[in-house]
Amino acid sequence: MAETAVKPQVEEKEPLFGKKEKFLITDPLNDNNPITVQVLGICSALAVTTLVVPSFVMAIAVVFVTAFANLIVSLLRNSIPTQIRMIVQLVVIATLVTVVELTLKALSFEVYKQLSVFIGLIITNCIVMGRLEAFAMANKPWRSFIDGIGNGLGYGLILLIVAAARELFGKGSFAGIQIIGNTDAYFINTTDSVMFGWYANNNLMVLPAAAMFVVGILIWIQRSYNTKLVDIS
Amino acid sequence: MQHSTSQVVMFTVGMTSIVALLLAGMFTFLKPVHDTNEALYNKKQILGALNAPLEITADNLTDEEVGQYFENVEQLVVNSKGELIEGVKAEDVNMEKEEKKAVEDRQFPVFIMNNKGEKYYILTVRGNGLWDKIWGWVALESDLNTVAGAAFGHKAETPGLGAEIKDNAGWKAQFVGEQIYDKSGEYVSVDIVKGGADPMNKNGVDAISGATVTCVGAAEMIHNGIALYLPYLNSISDSDTKTGQK
Repeated sequence: MAETAVKPQVEEKEPLFGKKEKFLITDPLNDNNPITVQVLGICSALAVTTLVVPSFVMAIAVVFVTAFANLIVSLLRNSIPTQIRMIVQLVVIATLVTVVELTLKALSFEVYKQLSVFIGLIITNCIVMGRLEAFAMANKPWRSFIDGIGNGLGYGLILLIVAAARELFGKGSFAGIQIIGNTDAYFINTTDSVMFGWYANNNLMVLPAAAMFVVGILIWIQRSYNTKLVDIS
Repeated sequence: MQHSTSQVVMFTVGMTSIVALLLAGMFTFLKPVHDTNEALYNKKQILGALNAPLEITADNLTDEEVGQYFENVEQLVVNSKGELIEGVKAEDVNMEKEEKKAVEDRQFPVFIMNNKGEKYYILTVRGNGLWDKIWGWVALESDLNTVAGAAFGHKAETPGLGAEIKDNAGWKAQFVGEQIYDKSGEYVSVDIVKGGADPMNKNGVDAISGATVTCVGAAEMIHNGIALYLPYLNSISDSDTKTGQK
């Protein structure tokens, strides 16, 4: 009879903000960005980014929804019946989005009107569902929550960059601050300016197609500088 | 691992109950706030028609300021014959619902702003843009001919093109000083002219490049919309001349 001492399993206590956790937040910002690398959630990146302020609100909404959807599904991951897995995920996402919509309607009606259908469309945002399937169903709650935040932030970052470009070149303003335009309300008045007299707003930037171009350029820039992404496609 | 059917059913029932309770509760709790917000938002839009005479930019007003301006606003509801309808507040008239009724059954809201002794009549109009519904508020001066200003809204017009009827302050400013009656006294409304209207033309403004269908729809909306108010406008101008002549 062999006597083997069985070492008692020591459960490693996972730190709240250890290396892995930091990785879950920083990875989606650059190397694994949901929009430019995973190419998810493009739809709202096109539609919402005409102005910076609504994009910012949208980004916050997506961070909230992705993080808490990840958390809830991760908590339930062992009790969700496999037959209705996707339906349950959808219900979780839809409920969270509705909570966001009702809260926004109460806090800032103006922004709510500006964002109209787009908040509701977070339900169809592939990033949310994608992270639930790829991460939350197989990971612990705290990690899933952080992963949700990370991916939401990665999405938000791209949204803000695209919105800044579109608002600046399409309307001559940034977050409502009027920078360049043809009246006195603007910081740089093109009708009086010697250097900028030729400048006119690029109306193409106001249309959704322009967001596609900007995202494309962002992907180009990111892949040029980030060596890890050079050969992935 | 496959769960049994009863487990699936129990989970579904449990989840649905919790979600339904949460959302219904939140909705009911927040409804008063939502309604107040929406009413204020609508009032801001209506005040947008008076940007010129009041020397304001309605979009930038705070909620208190909107409330203050509205203290000077008299609200009436009239029917298609111009008769007053009692018991209804103009701000409560839902234009979308009214549109579905026959003209004789409709209610038309009128907002009368009293600003430093001057009266402005704000009429609400509704029509079809390129993609979906558009609406607007046309403010008339007390002569019921000169336009004091106009503001518009839309459901789904293209940003930068059709949506400019709402967003472009310069375009809306054209309406100030236009007239709805031509020189011979006939009602012609204010047209939106593709290719540009003659600056001397008091019955037309420039259209928006690239937004032809929206502008055609808007012009039609203004024409037909104000026409529906003509019985009411004629009745007040008649009474004005009757009381004005001493």
